[in-house]
Amino acid sequence: MTVNDITKLEGYEVQVMADKDAQVSCAYTGDLLSDVMGNAPDDSVLITIQAHKNTIAVASLAGTQAIVICNGRAIPDDMKESAQSEGVSLFSTKDDQFMASCKIASLLGIVTIN
Amino acid sequence: MQTMDAIPISTYNSATVILELIYRMKVKDVMTRNLITASETDTLRSIQHLMKDKSITGVPIVNGSHLLGLVSVDDIICALDFGYIEDPASKHMTTEMIVLEDDMPVSFAIQYFDRFRFHRFPVLNRSKELVGMVTNRDITTYLLLEINKEVDKLERKSMLFSQEVCLLNQVQSYSIARHDFEKAGYASTQIKKHLKKAGVAPALIRRVAVAAYELEMNIVVHSDGGEIIAEYESDRVTITARDYGPGIPDVGLALQKGYTTADEWTRSLGFGAGMGLPNVQSVSDKFSITSSAKGTVVISTIFLKPQP
Repeated sequence: MTVNDITKLEGYEVQVMADKDAQVSCAYTGDLLSDVMGNAPDDSVLITIQAHKNTIAVASLAGTQAIVICNGRAIPDDMKESAQSEGVSLFSTKDDQFMASCKIASLLGIVTIN
Repeated sequence: MQTMDAIPISTYNSATVILELIYRMKVKDVMTRNLITASETDTLRSIQHLMKDKSITGVPIVNGSHLLGLVSVDDIICALDFGYIEDPASKHMTTEMIVLEDDMPVSFAIQYFDRFRFHRFPVLNRSKELVGMVTNRDITTYLLLEINKEVDKLERKSMLFSQEVCLLNQVQSYSIARHDFEKAGYASTQIKKHLKKAGVAPALIRRVAVAAYELEMNIVVHSDGGEIIAEYESDRVTITARDYGPGIPDVGLALQKGYTTADEWTRSLGFGAGMGLPNVQSVSDKFSITSSAKGTVVISTIFLKPQP
């Protein structure tokens, strides 16, 4: 899938679109940034509730292409600016991390949701 | 003095890339494959017209893919001179021919051009079928193209090399302030960008980034401020994190996964999970930590090349 495919999910709002054609091959769900840093695979989507600037730094260092902020958490402006400058796409949703993970997994073709 | 049958460069002191090129290039690489041929029953007149139409100066006479002879412009001039231009090619074509094989190195062809003073050679394959023609011009053109490619490659390589040498012999340092979550991650991001520019492999960059980021966050979260120093060398990157205190009371505990002294607020941001130092240790090829009340120094080294 590409980053742009995330826009197909209902209720997923684009906060920052960096490279819509960037390839995404997997996803990682986590709120512990050290864990994300150490374990998120390259070219992944990060699913998290950590709506602050430091998440962008972690995503960028870990080679993550996009971040989905869950539970409708408000995204501060400095986080959007940082995403823009680091070239990381940013989405928000009211879904929790579990539902977001399921939906992204279905986009990736790992599971099918009826 | 140069002998007639030698290629005009010395094999002792010439550029390796040119020598390799000449020996690597085969006749089949340079030859013309789109052949304009005639049959032995064609008249010399029709061959003359063929030469004029196609702007060529020699026509191989064939039976299928079997080469029978060659008619050159000289043969046509003679035919016009002596009045047998309407004769079939078979009567006057040159049948004593020097041919090349398609697998011969081009250096061989160059020697043939020197030795025999012909303008073109028919090329046969292993089964003695005519597969092409070679002229001096074919060789020159192909050589020029190949030399251009090789020189381009060399130029790129030397550019990259000098860039790498220059990027990998530097020291950068970043000062990190206590509880400055605003700027946290800046040093690591800069270090990552630097390595990317130097052309370091992504998997190695990731390891350096993990080490740099965790150490940077440790200074932000736990210390009274300090600095991150990145030393780039051709075979390794060393990240040194140095702070001004207050020191780690029990280094052994700090190295245990999940052990943390971070406050609630820090943890709500997703830090302080007790994985920082263990993460650094696991990505490092060499790792050391010393701590006292005056400060903590962590040194993480990641090799860019296998060590002897």
